[in-house]
Amino acid sequence: MSGLALFWRRFRRNTAAVGGLVVLLLIVGAAVFGPVLHPVDPFDMLGRPTQPPSARFLLGTDVSGRDILAGLLHGARVSLVVGIVASLAATVVGLLVGAVAGYYGGVIDNLLMRATDFFLTIPSFVLAIVIVAIFQPSIFTVTAAIATVSWPSVARLVRGEFIAQRDRDYVRACRALGMRDWEIILRQILPNALPPVIVVSSLMVATAILTESGLSFLGLSDPDVVSWGYQIGVGRSVLRVAWWMSAIPGVTILVTVLAINLVGEGLNDALNPRVQQR
Amino acid sequence: MTAPVLEARDLAKRFPVAGGFGGPKRVVHALSGVSLSVAAGETLAVVGESGCGKSTLANCLTGLMEPSGGSLLLEGADVAGILRDDPMRFRRRVQIVFQDPYASLNPRRSVGDTVADALRIHRLAPRARRRTRVAELLAEVGLAPEHLDRYPHELSGGQRQRVAIARALAVEPAVVVCDEPVSALDVSIQAQVINLLRDIQARRGVAYVFISHNLALVRHIARRIAVMYLGQVVELGDAAVLRRRMLHPYSRALFAAAPEIGRPSHDPDRPPPLSGDVPSPIDPPSGCRFHTRCPHAEARCGAEEPALRAVDDRLVRCHLAEGFSIPKEP
Repeated sequence: MSGLALFWRRFRRNTAAVGGLVVLLLIVGAAVFGPVLHPVDPFDMLGRPTQPPSARFLLGTDVSGRDILAGLLHGARVSLVVGIVASLAATVVGLLVGAVAGYYGGVIDNLLMRATDFFLTIPSFVLAIVIVAIFQPSIFTVTAAIATVSWPSVARLVRGEFIAQRDRDYVRACRALGMRDWEIILRQILPNALPPVIVVSSLMVATAILTESGLSFLGLSDPDVVSWGYQIGVGRSVLRVAWWMSAIPGVTILVTVLAINLVGEGLNDALNPRVQQR
Repeated sequence: MTAPVLEARDLAKRFPVAGGFGGPKRVVHALSGVSLSVAAGETLAVVGESGCGKSTLANCLTGLMEPSGGSLLLEGADVAGILRDDPMRFRRRVQIVFQDPYASLNPRRSVGDTVADALRIHRLAPRARRRTRVAELLAEVGLAPEHLDRYPHELSGGQRQRVAIARALAVEPAVVVCDEPVSALDVSIQAQVINLLRDIQARRGVAYVFISHNLALVRHIARRIAVMYLGQVVELGDAAVLRRRMLHPYSRALFAAAPEIGRPSHDPDRPPPLSGDVPSPIDPPSGCRFHTRCPHAEARCGAEEPALRAVDDRLVRCHLAEGFSIPKEP
């Protein structure tokens, strides 16, 4: 399709975004193939604790003598999966709520938006902590908690897009043809409302990864999986003698989030119609 | 005259608007007591300044807005009832073409998909035949089959308007409401689209409600003309009769203001241009709605609302209409 080619040509013009995409692909590659290429159980105590990086342990060992590299590679899977699944779930819910609120307006809009406001007014990290604390911490509840605190911003955005589109002539022409509401929403308006949503959802992956890291740093994540935030939490107590133990997962989070943000900005430039006219 | 396909009886549309801080709720009277009808295969033109309720009328006639009062009849049956019980029946009979072809086509759907939507929704062509049928419809409006897979941004304004016309024709409607269908197009393209609409009418016998502010155009294509002012029909009659002479001071001023090649600029019979602005439809003037700008207004005009009545072969809403008609020539 020519639209996709055009999109790629515009995206390619943004060097930072392309750089971010390359870094992101490396991280995804590490998450997918890392545990295969470096088959070490991140929970196995293999050597003396608190070793600096060496030939045997490329990134050293943590306070219990576990291989930090193995933890980093397994953690990449957790962080990315939680980030992506939570953002996808939040996007789907946000799209649904925002589309219905924006398209129908009136009482439905009021009800849905007051519910959205409820979630928006509570600091999202605090709300995520509460949700995880109420339910048993597991990968599923952490993902669900992050999705629960993330959908309102998508809903707001989608609602605005739908309000802007619902009285356009092409929508009225569909109504004059007798098209059903759900078809107008999904097939006609949604494709036009999607570009800004794609940008927001991609940036949301970064926020979700940060939130997941924060939760596991506080020990509120699944105790059976290693994640980057958990590794920082473990290294925290020996920060003065073994700074790399926290710094390595910390920098990994930083780089990942930065890469996602750069890609998101690139998407924004490539999808935003106002930039197209430059 | 044949029975009307679409008829408006005493149609009214009011929009509540919020008052200022603590102010009372106010009401915009977009349409009040509009009665008109269009017969099979004819063209009824609706003209008036912007803000006179033309577009609201288009919305009400096509079922996109629910009128606040009065009734709409499709082939003699109440439209409110049809829309409730069998809306698709109404949708197949009445279609609309919008003013701006840049806004009336979905930018992310191909021309073929847009026209095919109409066929699919109304189950007018099986999936396998749909593409062929869309190509036929495009051919009818003067587009080639290769336009099927184009997107609106790849087409010119005139081509887009042709696609919008093809979409409206896909369901084989009895009436197409054309809401300023050519005013967004280049002048050179306007004539092409107008001629296309006329050809289609000759071929299919479709009726048009042609909403426009282009008076020269209206005189060219309409069989009957309705002049609207502030949500009311002020003069309604055969184009041939109205072309001879207009009776309502507003119609006279409106048509006199339209430039016309070959007419001397100091025609003694030409009424002076109107002064002042259209009053707000929130609080329309009492009595005759035009009395605030009418050069002939009398005390009675401000007090008593004139009815739409037959004078000199047309309907006119003016107390003084008789005075404006020319005495019958011997």
